[in-house]
Amino acid sequence: MATYLEFIQQNEEQDGVRFSWNVWPSSRLEATRMVVPLACLLTPLKERLDLPPVQYEPVLCSRPTCKAILNPLCQVDYRAKLWACNFCFQRNQFPPAYTGISEVNQPAELMPHFSTIEYVIQRGAQSPLIFLYVVDTCLEEDDLQALKESLQMSLSLLPPDALVGLITFGRMVQVHELSCEGIAKSYVFRGTKDLTAKQIQDMLGLTKGAMPMQQASPAQPQEHPFISSRFLQPVHKIDMNLTDLLGELQRDPWPVTQGKRPLRSTGVALSIAVGLLEGTFPNTGARIMLFTGGPPTQGPGMVVGDELKTPIRSWHDIEKDNARFVKKATKHYEMLANRTAANGHCIDIYACALDQSGLLEMKCCTNLTGGHMVMGDSFNTSLFKQTFQRIFSKDFNGNFRMGFGATLEVKTSRELKIAGAIGPCVSLNVKGPCVSENELGVGGTSQWKICGLDPTSTFGIYFEVVNQHNAPIPQGGRGAIQFVTQYQHSSTQRRIRVTTIARNWADAQSQLQHIEAAFDQEAAAVLMARLGVFRAESEEGPDVLRWLDRQLIRLCQKFGQYNKEDPTSFRLSDSFSLYPQFMFHLRRSPFLQVFNNSPDESSYYRHHFARQDLTQSLIMIQPILYSYSFHGPPEPVLLDSSSILTDRILLMDTFFQIVIYLGETIAQWRKAGYQDMPEYENFKHLLQAPLDDAQEILQARFPMPRYINTEHGGSQARFLLSKVNPSQTHNNLYAWGQETGAPILTDDVSLQVFMDHLKKLAVSSSC
Amino acid sequence: MNVNQSAPPGPPYGQPQPVYPGYHQSSYGGQPGSTVPPTPYGASYNGPVPGYQQAPPPGVSRAPPSSGAPPVSTAQAPGGQAAYGQFGQGDVQNGPSSTVQMQRHPGSQPFGSAPLAPVVSQPTVLQSYGPPPTNTQVTAQLAGMQISGAPAPAPPPTGLGYGPPTTLASASGSFPNSGLYGSYPQGHAPPLSLAQGHPGTQPPQHSALPQASSFTPPASGGPRMPSMTGALLPGQGFRGPPVNQPNHVSSPPPQALPLGTQMTGPPGPLPPMHSSQPGYQLQQNGSFGPVRDPQPNYGSPYPGAPTFGSQPGPPQPLPPKRLDPDAIPSPIQVIEDDRNNRGSEPFVTGVRGQVPPLVTTNFLVKDQGNASPRYIRCTSYNIPCTSDMAKQAQVPLAAVIKPLARLPPEEASPYVVDHGESGPLRCNRCKAYMCPFMQFIEGGRRFQCCFCSCINDVPPQYFQHLDHTGKRVDAYDRPELSLGSYEFLATVDYCKNNKFPSPPAFIFMIDVSYNAIRSGLVRLLCEELKSLLDFLPREGGAEESAIRVGFVTYNKVLHFYNVKSSLAQPQMMVVSDVADMFVPLLDGFLVNVNESRTVITSLLDQIPEMFADTRETETVFAPVIQAGMEALKAAECAGKLFLFHTSLPIAEAPGKLKNRDDRKLINTDKEKTLFQPQTGTYQTLAKECVAQGCCVDLFLFPNQYVDVATLSVVPQLTGGSVYKYACFQVENDQERFLSDLCRDVQKVVGFDAVMRVRTSTGIRAVDFFGAFYMSNTTDVELAGLDVDKTVTVEFKHDDRLNEESGALLQCALLYTSCAGQRRLRIHNLALNCCTQLADLYRNCETDTLINYMAKFAYRGVLNSPVKTVRDNLITQCAQILACYRKNCASPSSAGQLILPECMKLLPVYLNCVLKSDVLQPGAEVTTDDRAYVRQLVTSMDVAETNVFFYPRLLPLTKSPIDSTTEPPAVRASEERLSNGDIYLLENGLNLFLWVGASVQQGVVQSLFSVSSFSHITSGLSVLPVLDNPLSKKVRVLIDSLRAQRSRYMKLIVVKQEDKLEMLFKHFLVEDKSLSGGASYVDFLCHMHKEIRQLLS
Repeated sequence: MATYLEFIQQNEEQDGVRFSWNVWPSSRLEATRMVVPLACLLTPLKERLDLPPVQYEPVLCSRPTCKAILNPLCQVDYRAKLWACNFCFQRNQFPPAYTGISEVNQPAELMPHFSTIEYVIQRGAQSPLIFLYVVDTCLEEDDLQALKESLQMSLSLLPPDALVGLITFGRMVQVHELSCEGIAKSYVFRGTKDLTAKQIQDMLGLTKGAMPMQQASPAQPQEHPFISSRFLQPVHKIDMNLTDLLGELQRDPWPVTQGKRPLRSTGVALSIAVGLLEGTFPNTGARIMLFTGGPPTQGPGMVVGDELKTPIRSWHDIEKDNARFVKKATKHYEMLANRTAANGHCIDIYACALDQSGLLEMKCCTNLTGGHMVMGDSFNTSLFKQTFQRIFSKDFNGNFRMGFGATLEVKTSRELKIAGAIGPCVSLNVKGPCVSENELGVGGTSQWKICGLDPTSTFGIYFEVVNQHNAPIPQGGRGAIQFVTQYQHSSTQRRIRVTTIARNWADAQSQLQHIEAAFDQEAAAVLMARLGVFRAESEEGPDVLRWLDRQLIRLCQKFGQYNKEDPTSFRLSDSFSLYPQFMFHLRRSPFLQVFNNSPDESSYYRHHFARQDLTQSLIMIQPILYSYSFHGPPEPVLLDSSSILTDRILLMDTFFQIVIYLGETIAQWRKAGYQDMPEYENFKHLLQAPLDDAQEILQARFPMPRYINTEHGGSQARFLLSKVNPSQTHNNLYAWGQETGAPILTDDVSLQVFMDHLKKLAVSSSC
Repeated sequence: MNVNQSAPPGPPYGQPQPVYPGYHQSSYGGQPGSTVPPTPYGASYNGPVPGYQQAPPPGVSRAPPSSGAPPVSTAQAPGGQAAYGQFGQGDVQNGPSSTVQMQRHPGSQPFGSAPLAPVVSQPTVLQSYGPPPTNTQVTAQLAGMQISGAPAPAPPPTGLGYGPPTTLASASGSFPNSGLYGSYPQGHAPPLSLAQGHPGTQPPQHSALPQASSFTPPASGGPRMPSMTGALLPGQGFRGPPVNQPNHVSSPPPQALPLGTQMTGPPGPLPPMHSSQPGYQLQQNGSFGPVRDPQPNYGSPYPGAPTFGSQPGPPQPLPPKRLDPDAIPSPIQVIEDDRNNRGSEPFVTGVRGQVPPLVTTNFLVKDQGNASPRYIRCTSYNIPCTSDMAKQAQVPLAAVIKPLARLPPEEASPYVVDHGESGPLRCNRCKAYMCPFMQFIEGGRRFQCCFCSCINDVPPQYFQHLDHTGKRVDAYDRPELSLGSYEFLATVDYCKNNKFPSPPAFIFMIDVSYNAIRSGLVRLLCEELKSLLDFLPREGGAEESAIRVGFVTYNKVLHFYNVKSSLAQPQMMVVSDVADMFVPLLDGFLVNVNESRTVITSLLDQIPEMFADTRETETVFAPVIQAGMEALKAAECAGKLFLFHTSLPIAEAPGKLKNRDDRKLINTDKEKTLFQPQTGTYQTLAKECVAQGCCVDLFLFPNQYVDVATLSVVPQLTGGSVYKYACFQVENDQERFLSDLCRDVQKVVGFDAVMRVRTSTGIRAVDFFGAFYMSNTTDVELAGLDVDKTVTVEFKHDDRLNEESGALLQCALLYTSCAGQRRLRIHNLALNCCTQLADLYRNCETDTLINYMAKFAYRGVLNSPVKTVRDNLITQCAQILACYRKNCASPSSAGQLILPECMKLLPVYLNCVLKSDVLQPGAEVTTDDRAYVRQLVTSMDVAETNVFFYPRLLPLTKSPIDSTTEPPAVRASEERLSNGDIYLLENGLNLFLWVGASVQQGVVQSLFSVSSFSHITSGLSVLPVLDNPLSKKVRVLIDSLRAQRSRYMKLIVVKQEDKLEMLFKHFLVEDKSLSGGASYVDFLCHMHKEIRQLLS
C-alpha cells in the first residue's frame, strides 16, 4: 500500500491534486455505491519550485465545445504533426510554431512530468494590482492607532506601481482623493443610503471619465491615471501623502451616547468600494480590504441596531428566527459579493472586535470572491498585525503569493461529469457536455470564477461517473481530467496553469480491492467534510450530522469486513481505518457544531475550512496533539483526555489555536521556579520546547492562530478540553478506574462509544 | 402751541416767533380774518380760527411750563384736537359739546400739552412758509389759487396781502396759500431763500397766485383752514385739473369741473358741473347734513359760495393752466419742517399716543415708558375706539416694529433684567410680560394685567410697596417698570429642548462654479473673508466673538471643509449625494476663528486655486441650504448661512429650477406667477431652517435670470437678506459687494427668535409682513433677526377700545444673542384711542402708512393681478381721504381737495409706490429685479421705505462750499434740475450723481479732474480723490449717505442728455414715468377725482 501513499503524495506535490478514489469505479451504479463520491481537492496555484512558466500560449483542441489543452496524455503523430485530444478525440494540427516537433524535440507540455504546466500570456494590457483599503474609524483610540500603523507599514510592502485607495467609514463613508496637494480631499456618503453603482460613480465624478475609457477599450494604460487618478494612485507616487493621511485619520467624530453602539456604515462603505472599482477597473486584479472593528449598525447591511441593550444575534436567535437583520443584511452582502466577483475583484475582511462584527452576514463577500477573512480581538494584537503582514508575503521569486481574477475550468473525459465545486469561488454558469445535472457544492457549470487565490487555496471538485454499467470500459482504460486555471499573477502577467491527470478505471465488482486500496481516506474525509459544511450553510445542523452518519455507516457497510449482526467482528482495512475517527472529530468540530460558537465564529471557521489544503483541513478536523515530557522526545499523542497527564506539556494545534498546556505537576514546578534554577535547566528546556515549536507554526500559518499558553486548571485550558476525545468523563471516570488522564465534564460521547455504535449499525442488516 | 412757545426759548425758534405775529395777522387779517378774530367761539366756523388764536394764548401761558421736552410732542395733538373740537361741534354736537371738547383738550394738555396744529404750523411758519394755519389746512390745499386765475380780485383782503406775497409764494414754491404768504412778506426771510431755488417757475406762479388768492377767499376754506387741518381744493383748483385733463388720462374733465360749473369756461363741462354742484350741495345736506347738525351754521358762513359763483366766471380763461407742482404738498417741505421743528429736542416717550418726529428727522429719544419710535412706529397713534370707525376711516392700523433696531450712540441700548431662576414676571392669563403699564394693587401684593385685566399675585421676591400714587416705590429702579424697552434674561424654560443654546455659528457657502470663478468673485471673497472673520459680531465688551464659523463650497456637489485647529492643512469633504443632503463631519466644521486661524487662512488661500480651472457650470441650491441647516442641527446651535450664488440651479437635485422668465406674462392675470416660487421645495426647506434657527443670507451674482422669486424664499422666511449684484465684475462691484458683506457679517443679529405682539383687549394683531415664518397665527418665527429687519403688524378690532385706558402694544421677542444668551426683548407702546375720526386723522404717520401699504400691496401681487393691486391701493387711499373729507373737514366745495395735515403726502408717496418697479415695471426692469425689490421692501423699516419710494435729490453746488451740513433736498422732478448744477440722488439702493450739461468747467475739473463736461465718463462709479474743497465735500457727502443706509449704494455718474440718464430719470418720481406711471400732479388730480366720486 505504500505505493499508493507514495502515488498520492507524488500527485499532490506535482499537481496539487488529491482524489478520494485513485482508481475509479467504471460504472455509475458502482460509483454511487462507493458512498464517498469521486472527487478531488485541487490546489490550483500550488507553489512549485520546479515549474518555470513557459512563455508561450497553450495549444487548444480545435473542437469548439472542447478546447482542451495539449497535454502529455495526448497521442501525438509526430510525422503528420497531428495530435489527438484525449478528451474528445479530435485530431488537431499543430500550430506553425510547432513544425520542429519530434519525439526528441518535444514541447514542455508533452513531457509527462509537466502534467502541470504554466503558460504566460503576453497579450493584453498589464494592469497594476489594486489595493483599496476600507477602514472603519469607529474604533477605540489605540485600536485605530495600531491599525493606522499597520496600514502605513503595508504601504512599504506593496509593489511600487500598485494602485492604492482609501475609504474610511463610520457614521459616514469617505472616499479619499489621493492626488490633491495642500488639502486633503474626500468624497463623503451617507452611511444609511444604498446607492447603485451608477449613482456612486456619478457622485464620485467617474462617469464622464469612464465613458471614453470604455469606448476606447482598456488598452491604453495611460488612461488610467486620467480616470481614477483621484482615488487610486500608484503607491510610489503618494505613499508619503497617504502615510500622512492615514496618520491624520481620526476616530469617527460623531458622538456616541451612552448605551449606544457607534453608527457604522460598513454596508455602504463596501458598496462604494465595490462601485468604485467596478466603474474604474473592471476585470483587473484588485483587493478590497475591509478593516472593521464592530458590527454594521446602520444602513443597508446593518447587522444590529445601535442600542446596546439589544445584543447582536446569536445562533439561538437565528434558530428562533429572532434575528431581524440577518436575511436583509446577508442579501445586501451577497449582492455586493456577486458584483465584486463579476468584476474579478476580491474582498478581504479583517474584523477585530471583542464582540461579533457581522461576519455571518458578510462572509459571502470573502467566500465568493476568494478574499481573506481574519477575525481577532483587536487590531492592536500581534494576531492581526502578523496576519496582515503575511498577506503581503512573497514567494521565492519575490512575487506576492496571490493571484487574481482566476477562472477555473474543468474538462473531463466523457465517462465523467462535473457535479460541482466547493471553495472560494462562484459559478460562471458555463454549461457543457461534461456538466452533471446532480449538483454537489456549486454545480451546474464547468467553470468557476476565483477572484482571489493564493498558493494554498484549495477547492473540492466533485465528479459523477456517468458511464453506464452495461458499457464497460476496456481494461486499462483511463479517465482524464484537465484543470485549466487562468489568472492574473501578482506580477500582473496573465497566466494559465494547466493540470491534466488520468486515473485507471476499475470494475467495482471484480476489482473492488484495487479501488479500496486506492482510497485516500484523508482526502475523502476532507471532501466529505466540505460537503457537510456546505450543507450546513443551508440546512439544519442535526440533519447534516445525520447525513454524515448515514454516509459513514454506509461506507462501513460497504468496505468493512464483518459478520452480520456481530459488531465485534467488524474490521476496516488500513486505507479506511482512520476515516471513522475523522468523522467523529468532524461531528464535534465547530464547522458543524454551533454550540458555544457565535455565528461569526462559525462563519470564520467554515470560511477557512472551505479553502485550506488537505493538511490544514485535517488539522482543523482533528487537531494534532504533541506531548512533551522528560520521558523522551516530543511525540504525537492521541487527541484524547487520557493524554492529559500531570507531568506532560501538551501542544495542541487546531489550526485556529495553538494551545500549550502544562500538566498539573509541570505547572507546579514552574510556579515554584525550578526553571530558573541552573540545576533544573532541563526543565527550562522542557518548558521552552513547545514554545519553540509553537512559534514555528505561528510563523508559517495564515491566518495566524490564536496563541494560548495555559496550564492545568487555567481558564483557557477549555480550548484543549473541548477538543480531546472525552474518553474519561465525570460519568465513567470511576468506572474506568484509572488514575491517568483528566476527566472532561461533558455529556458528549467519546470515540469509543461512537465506534461501538458505528460497528453495531454497520453490521446490522436493518439499515 | 406750547411747543412753539416753549420752543422760542431755544435759539432755533427765535426766528419763528417774530413770524408769529405776522402769521396771526396776516392769515387772519388777510382772510376772513376780520370775521374770525371777533368771534372766537361764536360761529361754528369761526370756531376754528379762534381755536387757533386761542391756542396761541394758552400756549403762551403754558409756554413756561411746557418748556420741558414732553410737551413738544404732545403739543401737536391738542392743537389738532382743538381744531377738531370745533369740527366735532359741527359734526356731532353743537356748542355744548364743543365746549366740552375744548375742555377736554386742555385736559389732555397735561400730557399732550400744547395743541398739535400750532406746533406744526409754527415751524412751518418759521422756516419755510409754514404759516401755521397753512400747515394744518392749507398745506394740502390744491386750492384753485394757483390754478384758477380770474377771481383774484374777489378777495380783496387777500389780494392785498398777496401783492408782495405772491412773489414770495411763488418763490417758496410749495405753498400756495395766499393768505399765509401775505403774512410772509413781512417777516420771512427763510422762505425766500427757499424760493430762490426755482426762479424759473416764478412767472407762472405769479399768475397763479393771484388766481389762488382770488379763490382762497371764496373757498371759505380760509376761515376753515384754521379749523381744519385739511387742505382745500377750491373748485377752481379743480379747474386746474380740467385744464390738465387733456394731458391727464386720469382725471376726466367732468369731474374736474365740479365747482367750476359757474366758473369753468368749457361749455361741455358746464352741465355736469351744474349737476355736480347740486350733488355737492346734496352731499353736504345729505351726507354731511344728517350727520352734522351744525350744518345750518355752515350755511351761514357759506355765503362764501356765492363768491365762488362769482369767481367761476373769471377762471374760464384760465383753464389752460396747469396745476402748479409748487402748489401741491411737497415732501421736501414737510421733511424740512419736521426736521427744523422736532429735530432739536429729544423725543420723550413718557406720554401715551404721541406722534414721533418723522423718520427723516434726526432726533434723540428718551425712553420714559414707551418704546422708542426706532423700535415701533404706528400708522396712527390714536386708534378708533370701534371697528366701525376704523372701517369707516379705512386707515390701516399697523405698527412697524424693528425689534433690534440700532440706536445712535447717545441712546442707551435696552437694559438687561435678570430675574434669576424664576424668569420674567408675566401675566398668568395672557402671558404678557411685566411692563410699566401693569397696575399694582392691594398694596403691591397683586397686579392687574394691562392687557387682559387679569389679576395676578406678585411673587414674594418681587413684592414692593406702593407709594401714595399707587406706584411701586422701586418703579424707577426697575427697567421693566419704567421703560418702554428692556430685555429679560430668559431662563431655561425659554430655550429649545430646555437646554441653554450654544453660541451661534456662521457658515459661508461659496459657489465655485465656472461663473463664480471667472468673475473673480471667489478669489475676492476668500481674500476678504480672511480679514472679515475678525469682525464677527460680539456681545457687549466681549473680547472675541463667540460665533463659530464653517465653510462650504459647491457647484453641483458640495464641499465641506474640516478646519480643525489641530490639522496641518484643511480637509475637504465632497458630498455628491445632493438628493439627500447631509453633513459629513461634525468636529472641525464649525470652529473658533482664532483657534483655527492658520488652517482657515490656508483654506481660503487654496479655494480659488483648487477650482481655478473648473469647468463645472451647473449648480445646486436647495441642497446647499439643507446642508447648512443640517450642520447647525448637528452642532445643536442656531446660526446664519451666507450663500454666495451665481446661477439658476439647474443641476439634478431637489429644488432644481427651470428658466421660466416670461415677459409676456406682464400685465396678465398670470403675472403673479413670476413672483411666486417655482416649487414648494423651498418653503418646506425654509420651515426646517426656521425650526433649527438657521437664517440664510443670500448674495446673488447673476449674469442672467436666476429666479430670485424662488431663491429668495428661504432667506425671506428665515429672516435673512438677499443681495443681488447683476453681472458682477470685480473691478466695478467689488466695493459694493465687500461693503455689503462686511456690514452683513458684522451686523448684530438675534437667532432662533419668536416674536409675539400682545395688545390690550379690543384690538388684535391679525396680519404680519416681513421676513419671517409663521406656523400659527400669532407667533412670528424668525430664524434670524438682524438690526435692519422690520416686521409690520396690522391690527384689527375685535372689540371696543376704551378712550381712557387707550390701547397698549407689547412686542416680546425671544431670541438668542450673538453670544448665545437667550433673551427676551420687550417693547411697550401705549396709544390713544378716540371716538372722533378727526383725532385719528390728526395722529397718523404717513411714512408708516406707506410702509404698510407698500408691503401689503407687494404681498398682494403674489395673489392678484398687479392692476388689481394698484387699483385697490388707489381706492383705499381715496377712501381714507374721502372719509376725512366727509367727516373731519369742514364743509366746503366738493371741488376742493382737502387732505389731513398729517396725510398730505399720502398721494405723492402712494403714487411712488404705484409707480414702483414691482407694481408698474418699465421695459428695462427684469423679473428678477422685481422679485428682488419685492422681497427687499417686505422687511424695510419706515425710513427705508420713505427714501426708497421718494428718493432724495440733493443739489451739490447750490449751497456754499464750506457749509458742512447736508444740502437741502429738492423734489424729485426733472423740473427741479438745473443744467448748471450737479445733483446726488439716492433711494437707499442706488446713488446717482447727475451732472448738468452746463456745469461750470471749474466744477467739472475739481470733481472729475477732466477738462470739460464732455470728458466725463458716463457711468463712472468712483469719483477721483482730489484735493479740493468741492471734491472733498462731495465725497464726504457720498460717504455719509452710504453710512446712513443698510446697503452700500453704488455710485453712478450720469450726464445730462446721456443715455444713462434714462435710468436716473426713473427715480424722479414726481414726473411721469416711462412705464406709464402718473406724475404727481396727475395723480393728485386723479385722487381727487376718486375722492369726489366716493363722496358723491
